[in-house]
Amino acid sequence: MEAVASMTRRVSPFLLAILMITFVLSLVSIYAGIEAYARNDYSDGSLYLTMGATTLIISTYLWLQTRKRILRFGMGMEPLNTTMECQKCGFKNVREFQRGDYIFKHTDEQCPKCNEKTMTIGSIFREVSEKEKAKEAGYG
Amino acid sequence: MLTLPQVAQLLPGQDNILSWVLQIVFLGIFVVFMFYGQRIQTYIMIREVETSLFKLKMMRDEGRKMAISAINEIGKPPADPTVQVDRFLEYFAITPVDLDPAGIIWRLEHLLDVQDVRFKNDVKLMAPQADETQLNNLENTLEAALMLNIIYKVIRHFYLLGKKTLSLYIIMQVQLILPLIMKEAEAFSSALKAFQLGQPIGDGAGALVAANLMRNYEKTKVEKDVVVATVPIEGRIAYVVKAEGPGGNVGKPGEAIKQIIEQNQGKISLAIVIDAAAKLEGEKTGEIAEGIGVAIGGPQVDKYKVEEIALKYKVPVNAIVIKEDVGDAVSPMRKEIFDAVEGVIERIKRLIRERTREGDFVIIAGIGNTIGIGQ
Repeated sequence: MEAVASMTRRVSPFLLAILMITFVLSLVSIYAGIEAYARNDYSDGSLYLTMGATTLIISTYLWLQTRKRILRFGMGMEPLNTTMECQKCGFKNVREFQRGDYIFKHTDEQCPKCNEKTMTIGSIFREVSEKEKAKEAGYG
Repeated sequence: MLTLPQVAQLLPGQDNILSWVLQIVFLGIFVVFMFYGQRIQTYIMIREVETSLFKLKMMRDEGRKMAISAINEIGKPPADPTVQVDRFLEYFAITPVDLDPAGIIWRLEHLLDVQDVRFKNDVKLMAPQADETQLNNLENTLEAALMLNIIYKVIRHFYLLGKKTLSLYIIMQVQLILPLIMKEAEAFSSALKAFQLGQPIGDGAGALVAANLMRNYEKTKVEKDVVVATVPIEGRIAYVVKAEGPGGNVGKPGEAIKQIIEQNQGKISLAIVIDAAAKLEGEKTGEIAEGIGVAIGGPQVDKYKVEEIALKYKVPVNAIVIKEDVGDAVSPMRKEIFDAVEGVIERIKRLIRERTREGDFVIIAGIGNTIGIGQ
C-alpha cells in the first residue's frame, strides 16, 4: 500500500527575486568565462566558469526546492505466508495469509494427501529478501 | 572611503565592471554566510523537520483511515464511528506522582487497569458486532493510530516552536533525534495492518515459544487474559504461561507468575522468562541470548511483581531473549524470529537439565503480544 501526497509551501517573492538575480549572474559569469577562454586568458576563464557553474547549480537546486513536491509514503511489506500442516500425515501446504488465520488454528480444510480434516496452521511468517538483509547488516 | 574599483582590486579578476559586480556579489555572499550562517542552518533544519513532519502527517492520517475502515468492516457500527475514533486518538493518561515513589507501582497498575477497561469499552461501543479476538485486534489498531497521532503532534509542536523563535537549539533537538522517531513511526505504520488483520508480530516471539510448549496440553485461564498449562519437560513439571490468544493481548504475566509461586509456597526451582528484545545494530534478527532477570517490557508493573515474589521465595529467574529490531517487533513476524523458537526451546530444556532436579517445579513464561498466536 502506498500513500501519495503533494507538499506545497509558500515561497517568498524576495527569495525568488534573489534566485533570479543569482541565476542571471551565473549565466553572465559563464559567458564571461567562455569569452576569456576565446581570448586565451585561461586564468580568468577558469575563474568565471567555476564561479558561474557553481552559482548556477546552487540557484537551480534552490529553485527546485521551492517547487511543489510529491511525497510517497509506502507501507509495503513482504507477503505473509501461512503454512498448513496435516496433524495425521504431516503434509504441508503453504498459502498466502487470510484474515482469520492464526498459529495453531484447527481448520476445516481437508488434507489433500490423506483426505482427513486435520489441517492446522503451523506457522505464519514473512520472508525478507537477501538484499534487504544485506542492507540491514550495513556492511560485509 | 573605499571605491568599488579599490574593493575589486582586493580580489583576482579583470579590471572591468562585470568583474567588479561579480567580485562584490561573491564577497557579499561570504559576509552574509559569516553573519547569518546559523540562521541559514536553522532554516535548513526547519525544512528537514518539515519534510519529516509531512510524512508523519501522512502516516497519522493513514492510520486514522485504517482504524475507521477496520471498525466499519469488522464492527458493523450502526452510525459513523469517525467522531469516536477522533476522540480516541486524543486520549491521554496522566502518570502517577513520583515525588514520593512509595507504592507507585500499585497506583500505576490501577491506572493501567482503568485505561484497559476504558479502551475495551470504547472499542466495544465503536464495534458492537466484533467478537473478543476482533475487539482486541481493533484495540491494538487504535493504539497504533493513537501513537502515530502523538508522535505527529509532538514533532509539530517543536517544529512550530522552532519556526516561531528561529532558535537553532529548539529545532536542533528534534532534528537530531528525527531518524529514530521516523523509524518508530514507520514501525507503528506497518503495525497498523498487522493489527487490523490479526497477523502475528515480532513481539509475540516469547508467546510463540510458550504456545509451542503448551500445545496439546490442557490450559486454564488465570489472571487477566493469561493462560497456564502444566507441561512435563525433561522429567520436571513446568507451568507454562502466556497471554491468551489469538487476539492482540499481553495480559498480566507478572500477576500470573506471582500466583503460581504463591500456590506452590515458593517451591519453584527455576523461572524462565522469554521475551523479544531490541537488538543492537549489527546483531542479527532472531539471535538468541541468555541472561538473568525478568525479561518483561512495558510499564514495569509485571516486572516488579515477579522481582518481588522471586526475592521473597528466593526463586532464581533466568531470561532468554530473541533479538529483533524495533520495527520488526510490531510488524508481521519474520521467518528468522519464527525459526528462533526451536532454538529457544532447546535452551529452555538445557537450562532445566542443568539447574533443576527431576520432579522439580519450574515456570516458563512467554511474554509479548500474542496477536495471531493461538495456544
